[in-house]
Amino acid sequence: MAEAPRMPIESGCPDPIQYMHPTMRRNYGQWAYHDRPRPGVLHHTSKNNEEVWTVRCGTARQMDVYTIRKLADIADEFADGFVRFTMRSNVEYMVADGAKVEPLIAALTEAGFPVGGTGPSVTMISHTQGWLHCDIPGTDASGIVKSLMDELHEEFTREEMPNRVHMTTSCCQINCGGQGDIALNIQHTKPPKINHDLVANVCERPTVVARCPVAAIRPAMVNGKPTLEVDEKKCICCGACFPPCPPMQINDPEHSKIALWIGGKNSNARSKPSFHKLVASNLPNNPPRWPEVGAVVKNILSVYKDDARDWERMGEWVDRIGWPSFFEKTGLPFTKFHINDWKGARHELNSSAHIRF
Amino acid sequence: MAELYNTPNLDELENGPWPSFVTGLKRLASDSHAGAEMARDVLGTLETSYVTKKGYWKGGTVGVIGYGGGIIPRFNELKNEDGTYKFPAAGEFHTLRIQPPAGMHYTSTLLRDMCDMFVDNGGSGLIALHGQSGDIMLQGATEETTQTIFNTFNDYGFDLGGAGPAVRTGMSCVGASRCEMSNVNEQAVLRTLVNAFLDDMHRPALPYKMKFKVSGCANDCMNTVQRADFAVIGTWRDDIKVNQDLWKAMVADKGRSYVIDNITSRCPTSAMTLNEDDSITIDNKNCVKCMHCLNVTSPLTHKYIAKGDVEPILATGDDKGVMIIMGGKRTLKIGDLFGSVIVPFMKMDTADDFEAIEDLAGEVIDFFAENALEHERTGEMIERIGVVNFLEGIGLNVDPNMVNSTRTSSYVRMDTWDEEAVKWFENKAEASA
Repeated sequence: MAEAPRMPIESGCPDPIQYMHPTMRRNYGQWAYHDRPRPGVLHHTSKNNEEVWTVRCGTARQMDVYTIRKLADIADEFADGFVRFTMRSNVEYMVADGAKVEPLIAALTEAGFPVGGTGPSVTMISHTQGWLHCDIPGTDASGIVKSLMDELHEEFTREEMPNRVHMTTSCCQINCGGQGDIALNIQHTKPPKINHDLVANVCERPTVVARCPVAAIRPAMVNGKPTLEVDEKKCICCGACFPPCPPMQINDPEHSKIALWIGGKNSNARSKPSFHKLVASNLPNNPPRWPEVGAVVKNILSVYKDDARDWERMGEWVDRIGWPSFFEKTGLPFTKFHINDWKGARHELNSSAHIRF
Repeated sequence: MAELYNTPNLDELENGPWPSFVTGLKRLASDSHAGAEMARDVLGTLETSYVTKKGYWKGGTVGVIGYGGGIIPRFNELKNEDGTYKFPAAGEFHTLRIQPPAGMHYTSTLLRDMCDMFVDNGGSGLIALHGQSGDIMLQGATEETTQTIFNTFNDYGFDLGGAGPAVRTGMSCVGASRCEMSNVNEQAVLRTLVNAFLDDMHRPALPYKMKFKVSGCANDCMNTVQRADFAVIGTWRDDIKVNQDLWKAMVADKGRSYVIDNITSRCPTSAMTLNEDDSITIDNKNCVKCMHCLNVTSPLTHKYIAKGDVEPILATGDDKGVMIIMGGKRTLKIGDLFGSVIVPFMKMDTADDFEAIEDLAGEVIDFFAENALEHERTGEMIERIGVVNFLEGIGLNVDPNMVNSTRTSSYVRMDTWDEEAVKWFENKAEASA
């Protein structure tokens, strides 16, 4: 008789205490205040009068084992063998001795890991998988992020922005990358191209019909075979039909364009959380460096940096100066596409006499 | 060692100061470990994408024994005319999602062991720390190596995360382990919620994904409000603690204009008054715990505090707990949704408190499983059926903190008004008892 298969141990999410720096373990829930001695460094003091310095550095997120082992070596040499990651794929080293901070920064810099991303800086871009691993990507993610972070490197290592800038990249409009002060998402601009010979074999058609947010997909017969058709006037090119039905190809090397959105914020500080809003589109999907996207991002960042007040997140700055000023200051065109015509859109229109001249 | 493909586009991404994933992939591809050829052929596939601007991965079904999800299968679509793979060593390039320790704490030993366990069992050696759901992504396994890699990690104490219509891997902020703004044991809340529903994670049977995320304060570093179906945010309900001596020292140093422009006038409910003598009065009843004044003053504290003292300029209160906000999600299918306040405050100190949040999450998952349509997130379900039906379904009372404003539409039938008013007074009496 064959050996019984090994069944999994359903251990779930591991207890972090065993992997936590002892100073953090001892002072768990006991922290009093912090300061930022320099960009990329946080210094926390606890109610027990213990201190911990955190040095934050950027990574490529998709890392090879040699890079990770290098990070581990640096942890052993300077940080008692402990590290943690942030949700934006930065690494944090914690040291209980302030004298270790500068040597640690030097070692990280020497190894090619930029130190920064704390305080009012542009921190690492959270992103999706793109061409590297996604099954529906309109563009790459790691590559755009690498290109942009090369250009924004100094904004990562300095703290010169009015407030923190969180950027996100998504390789389709489903937007797994999430909300951002600046979000770069690819926008499909043409309806799916359907391979009618394959639809009946590959797709569960009612599921595909149900997936469409604008009811533009309906059953059809083509060349005697059951398939689906798209009412192209209704289609908003969201791409939601493609995952359950790959013969409805949405990606288009020429017509899938990159759109920029700004003002997304999760924090409740000052203003309530906000969604990011469209500011620019039709930027070419231009690997390997996406220079057109980089130019618009840098323009927006530079105007924000000059014009916003301290502590204003990008969306709060635009709320203060008004959208007409934003388009004037950035030189970006305002089009009919900026006006929402989706569900609930009336709430986004101006119903007041509040106009700036 | 196999020769690398010519990758002129990807080579461009090795330039510049930011760490390059291409350099990492090339290092893996030039190595002698079992997965090196897979890394090489992934580079070939990716370079093709950079030339044609098309993606070449399709999904499928790959799993480990005993589980129904947690692996992201990817098969290469680049094939020769005879149907063989153009990049055969990357014909399969699956990802294992592994749940990290809550708060993403690691030791160097753990990191090294993870690297070894991955490559020694045939993995490509490419690891994302972390994916957008928070998982450790072991990128690059075949159907054959997936099981072996998983067994090794599982024996070591790690488990698969969620994928598909299931409870997903959760995230919690650094919180209590290193942040003075923490109002709750974030990492314990996350582990309580995720680990109670592992069956719903490992055997996907829900209408769609269900995400738990935990932030220790309203700064919401974990993006819970827009990314979690069940968002837990730490808060407090008594007064902000004020150290008037330090506050006055700060005003003297930074000047009244700085303090007015950057702190008091930024208070969203105008709850702060800078007094004539430079002290501060806070109308705590109107403080909405937005975190701004705390964010500004905490990093200034060190300038004025005496050696040995630990009371900062301003600090969070003592009566701490959490609020629960449900239904956040991004675009598909009805557009972006913030979560909505479902529980304005809940203590989270005792074992009973933790049991209560677990029970509530159980109610939510059961209701979601029974009432949501296929591919519908919690927020979309709430939008479709109305929040009142949702609250009744999970056994919670209404609360004025749940709305930005009361209704504007008069098209509603209100013949049970009196009974509902009685309920309100009864609930109030019960709460104050």
